[in-house]
Amino acid sequence: MPTLSKTFDDIQSRVINATSRVVPMHRQIQGLKLLMGAKKKAFGPRRPVPEFVESAIPDVNTLALEDIDVSNPFLYRQDQWRAYFKRLRDEAPVHYQKNSPFGPFWSVTRFEDIMFVDKSHDLFSAEPQIILGDPPEGLSVEMFIAMDPPKHDVQRSSVQGVVAPKNLKEMEELIRSRTGDVLDSLPLGQPFNWVPTVSKELTGRMLATLLDFPYEERHKLVEWSDRMAGAASATGGEYADEEIMFDDAADMAWSFSRLWRDKEARRAAGEEPGFDLISLLQSNDDTKDLINRPMEFIGNLTLLIVGGNDTTRNSMSGGLVAMNEFPKELEKLKAKPELIPNMVSEIIRWQTPLAYMRRVAKQDVELGGQTIKKGDRVVMWYASGNRDERKFEDPDHFIIDRKDARNHMSFGYGVHRCMGNRLAELQLRILWEEILKRFDKIEVVGEPERVQSNFVRGYSELMVQLTPKS
Amino acid sequence: MGKITFIEHDQTEHVAEFKAGSSVMQIAVDNLIPGIDGDCGGECACGTCHVIVSDDWFRKTGTPGGEEEQMLSMTPERASTSRLGCQVVITDEMDGMTVHLPEFQM
Ligand code: HEM
Ligand code: FES
Repeated sequence: MPTLSKTFDDIQSRVINATSRVVPMHRQIQGLKLLMGAKKKAFGPRRPVPEFVESAIPDVNTLALEDIDVSNPFLYRQDQWRAYFKRLRDEAPVHYQKNSPFGPFWSVTRFEDIMFVDKSHDLFSAEPQIILGDPPEGLSVEMFIAMDPPKHDVQRSSVQGVVAPKNLKEMEELIRSRTGDVLDSLPLGQPFNWVPTVSKELTGRMLATLLDFPYEERHKLVEWSDRMAGAASATGGEYADEEIMFDDAADMAWSFSRLWRDKEARRAAGEEPGFDLISLLQSNDDTKDLINRPMEFIGNLTLLIVGGNDTTRNSMSGGLVAMNEFPKELEKLKAKPELIPNMVSEIIRWQTPLAYMRRVAKQDVELGGQTIKKGDRVVMWYASGNRDERKFEDPDHFIIDRKDARNHMSFGYGVHRCMGNRLAELQLRILWEEILKRFDKIEVVGEPERVQSNFVRGYSELMVQLTPKS
Repeated sequence: MGKITFIEHDQTEHVAEFKAGSSVMQIAVDNLIPGIDGDCGGECACGTCHVIVSDDWFRKTGTPGGEEEQMLSMTPERASTSRLGCQVVITDEMDGMTVHLPEFQM
């Protein structure tokens, strides 16, 4: 059956690409949803969609090594992840879990080994997915984060201009004024949830700018992205309803094709192209016809909105959590505001907004005394590498003037190294510069609510109370 | 011992002393030269130590290796004499070398 089913996938992708000229993309995706329903009836689901119900996670020291499963999406929420990864780093730095809900996989948990895997594109492939589990069946969009060279290089180079430092310099003032607006509108002296009011709001506005997306509809970008990264089958997230994801994909396809056509028309009418993503794609020979390759088209746009959404958002929240756990650092910062850039790196290290990237071994590889077999899934746990005591001194401490803070792994390494790293650093730097201008105290009141996922390490609720500068 | 000059994009010059055996990235980081981050610590895996070697010195530093070429190809400021500083091991012959820094690192 798998061969038949595989052929089916190939055909499906080709049919979509071929018909996109005549059938609107969102119609095709709606069609795909019906098709997938039919396929599941005929072949049965590829693997049952796992359902995650939270229960108390045992103390790691009561478990046999082989029973340790760091794919559990509640490990972070229950604050058990540090103990689990420390045990793996010390006792089984290259560890095999043979029956997780996502299937068997290897965990690589030491800084040095993660660096090796991330760098070795010849040994480890990023295809077809960089998350541990599978995306909803039939919705396997093509993104260059999950492509190997040389295809990866071509696609990346056609879009990276949108977040290139030159472009960012132009955007700095805009980002600063928006950040100021949001901070000026916050309630003073009473608790409010920082996540939707600040972190989501600022990242949503940024995405709308990068895509030149209708500003008043920007919440859509955030919602699509949240559901995409939060699929239960992919990351153990809270979204188990795959039907909704097809609807989302169709919605996205519709919105983005409209945006594409609109820009095309404006350009044809003689308007200067902007510096937004779609204009850049249309200016580049390799991608000017991308609209005719829908799975790739949606893939690249999705990558940008997912890549730039959760990650920066959770660093914006994470910095506050860190400051409140280590209050002396805020005093240090007030005395020496020039530490902000280094602090930004330290926030990103400490939070590690994306816990890992996944690879698949292209051949048998010896690592840490284990043999990883060709075809095995390998997870590089950045969250663990960033807390590896072999690399960082007092790794669990948040230290804003840490000397080697920039050496963190949160942006990955090698050809897939985060394309938005400078943008993320810029947004966080401005946020903290503007915070220091306005507030004397930023207290976290109440325990933060953490997101259910083995991939995204973030917050859904962070109650904060502000005291203005006197 | 020898000297190497780093010239920032705005033409600010910084002269640093070196001992043979170190790398251009390490010398820049040790001397706090602005504009070289060296995020990966010299693993050829971040592209934040990009320098453009002046033509006369490019023969001495040699051309980029395969991995290095791949990382360099991702920066828009790639020039014909670009190198990743961490992959250039300094020899006594490089005394007096100048390298230019790009406007931005990856
Ligand atoms: C603190 C914020 C961020 C973190 C922690 C982060 C993390 C990451 C990681 C871990 C990777 C994969 C690296 C690897 O496989 O070695 C990545 C790739 C990527 N990120 Fe980010 N990211 C952040 C912000 C952003 C932003 C703001 C954008 C875009 C606006 C973005 C766009 C991308 C893209 C397009 C890729 C794919 C690069 C490639 O495959 O060549 N990221 N990011
Ligand atoms: S220091 Fe990272 S590539 Fe040179």
